[in-house]
Amino acid sequence: MKILVGIKRVVDFNVRVRVKPDGSGVDLDGAKMSINPFDEIALEEALRLREAGKATEVIVVSIGTTACQQQLRTGLAMGADRAIQVDTEEKLQPLAAARTFLALVEKEQPGLVILGKQAIDDDNSQTGQMLAALWDRPQATFASEVVVDDQVARVTREVDAGLETIEIDLPAVITSDLRLNEPRFVKLPDIMKAKRKPLEVIPLTDLAIANDNKLTIDHYAPPATREKGIMVDSAEALVAELKNRGLL
Amino acid sequence: MSNILIIAEHNGSELSNSTAKCVSCAIETGGSVHILVLAADATVIAEQAAALNGVDEVISINHPNYSHALAATLAPEIAAIGADYSHVYGPSSTYGRDLMPRVAALLGVNQVADIMAVKGPRSFQRPVYAGNAIIDVSVAEENTVVATIRLASWAAVSGGNNATVSSRETSAEMPTHSRFIGLKTEGGDLPDLQSAKRVISGGRGLGSEENFKIIYTLASKLGAGVGASRAAVDAGYVPNDMQVGQTGKIISPDLYMAFGISGAIQHITGIKDAGTIVAINKDAEAPIFEVADIGLVGDLFSVIPEIEAAL
Ligand SMILES: Cc1cc2nc3c(=O)[nH]c(=O)nc-3n(C[C@H](O)[C@H](O)[C@H](O)COP(=O)(O)OP(=O)(O)OC[C@H]3O[C@@H](n4cnc5c(N)ncnc54)[C@H](O)[C@@H]3O)c2cc1C
Ligand SMILES: Cc1cc2nc3c(=O)[nH]c(=O)nc-3n(C[C@H](O)[C@H](O)[C@H](O)COP(=O)(O)OP(=O)(O)OC[C@H]3O[C@@H](n4cnc5c(N)ncnc54)[C@H](O)[C@@H]3O)c2cc1C
Repeated sequence: MKILVGIKRVVDFNVRVRVKPDGSGVDLDGAKMSINPFDEIALEEALRLREAGKATEVIVVSIGTTACQQQLRTGLAMGADRAIQVDTEEKLQPLAAARTFLALVEKEQPGLVILGKQAIDDDNSQTGQMLAALWDRPQATFASEVVVDDQVARVTREVDAGLETIEIDLPAVITSDLRLNEPRFVKLPDIMKAKRKPLEVIPLTDLAIANDNKLTIDHYAPPATREKGIMVDSAEALVAELKNRGLL
Repeated sequence: MSNILIIAEHNGSELSNSTAKCVSCAIETGGSVHILVLAADATVIAEQAAALNGVDEVISINHPNYSHALAATLAPEIAAIGADYSHVYGPSSTYGRDLMPRVAALLGVNQVADIMAVKGPRSFQRPVYAGNAIIDVSVAEENTVVATIRLASWAAVSGGNNATVSSRETSAEMPTHSRFIGLKTEGGDLPDLQSAKRVISGGRGLGSEENFKIIYTLASKLGAGVGASRAAVDAGYVPNDMQVGQTGKIISPDLYMAFGISGAIQHITGIKDAGTIVAINKDAEAPIFEVADIGLVGDLFSVIPEIEAAL
């Protein structure tokens, strides 16, 4: 079984993102870029499944500019077998990203696609679910445990009410939550080895996907700031202040 | 004019408060407001939906396969019914975030995630980059608006209405490839985090599952819900459903008290809409003090008993 893993290049989670004064976007000039943290977890899970003999090949996919190859190389260094960069200058919205994955699914015929539960830049949390819908296959989102047994996966999901377990027939789409696993660190020799692993570049135009029905994003604004607070020097003063404000 | 379909969230017997929040957003959007209830037995839930002010009609469908909210099972029916509406709304809970993108894809559109404010019938505000930026998003006239509603941004509408309820049969085909196995809830009798008026949270500063008990005790004295940072969840002090933040729950209580939480941006994202934020941390430089309305530098293990004594 092949596993396809999405690797989105996003601004590093430690970077404090600021809106440009003219509202045209956010200022990412020179900001550190990384693999979306959830995608690192998705990849780790795929690698563990391969190491456990449940999968034969792990393919990492990124949709974006040549710059994404940096994150794909990291994915290869972690242990992925090969990489695909779907080359486009455009930042695809989730529906187009899902259609792109579907085109690759038809080509590669994976038993499992593991994506992140959300990308930390757009926080959309849509791509996996949309791919599952277009593919007409099961989805197990927000996964914190995955057990694959032959043609079935048993997935524990982090939901508002607690932990839900569902069983899905493969092929299927799984999206990773934070507690699914702890991704491995990349070792230096692996980085060297990764340079020799295959990285295929497919122009998005070759996949001939429909890229319509886009949302229009017109304006960026900084979030509302909260007013500066006060410091109190004792628990008594805190309780008095809360009572004073009618909160206790 | 818009006609808006809201997908009800429920636990099989009771309508979730999140649906009443979606109604608020629908009213702000303007147009007729319908609620769709899919359940094994939708009768009682549909009545609860019909009681929400601002709702014009409730559609209910019973089917044994709807006894658990599996997105793959629900989405085809919702898309079939939703095709006749200009807007399809669901809550931005894990239920809605799982389900609505699947519905959107079946309708061939992108989904608007986490609506915080309505700027026009097809134009909305939503947060990106962990709330560091707010964008204006609009949907083309020819597309169905499929959206999730950011629960912390909307108040629940009140009850007392008596909208008509019509029941229907399922029309769409249901897949059999996804099956519910079980649900483990650990929260117990604590008030629901997303609707609690007060929330008391603990972080890594608590140090252990055992120590975390003092947070529960204080919370029960204040009738508060209990939350936690990711670090506290990862360390196993508390179950995952208590995590507050970018990847946990986004909450908006009147009072939020954070004990032993440093205030990472991913955590702050989850509490920005709280009425009053109180931070107790032994480190005067902790970033949580930058957003706190009231801060107290001190050791939580001595501060908590002192608070209880002063109540
Ligand atoms: C600053 C900014 C500017 C934008 N500008 C535009 C614009 O000009 N035009 C436009 O059409 N859209 C634009 N967008 C939208 C944005 O690019 C899409 O929403 C995004 O590519 C897909 O959504 P997501 O990453 O949030 O998906 P999510 O659904 O949150 O992602 C879930 C998972 O899907 C996978 N995945 C998603 N995208 C990729 C990818 N590219 N490569 C590999 N795996 C992926 C990953 O596994 C990821 O973890 C902009 C967004 C922002 C924040
Ligand atoms: C992609 C991604 C998503 C994330 N999502 C979330 C999320 O949804 N929610 C979330 O919370 N985090 C999230 N995080 C993690 C976040 O970055 C922080 O690591 C986390 O919030 C830290 O938790 P903490 O404040 O409890 O721990 P720490 O940062 O370790 O802080 C502990 C604090 O306790 C104080 N302290 C210690 N002992 C005492 C004492 N006796 N009395 C008083 N104070 C004391 C310390 O001074 C310190 O400030 C995410 C991270 C990533 C990368």
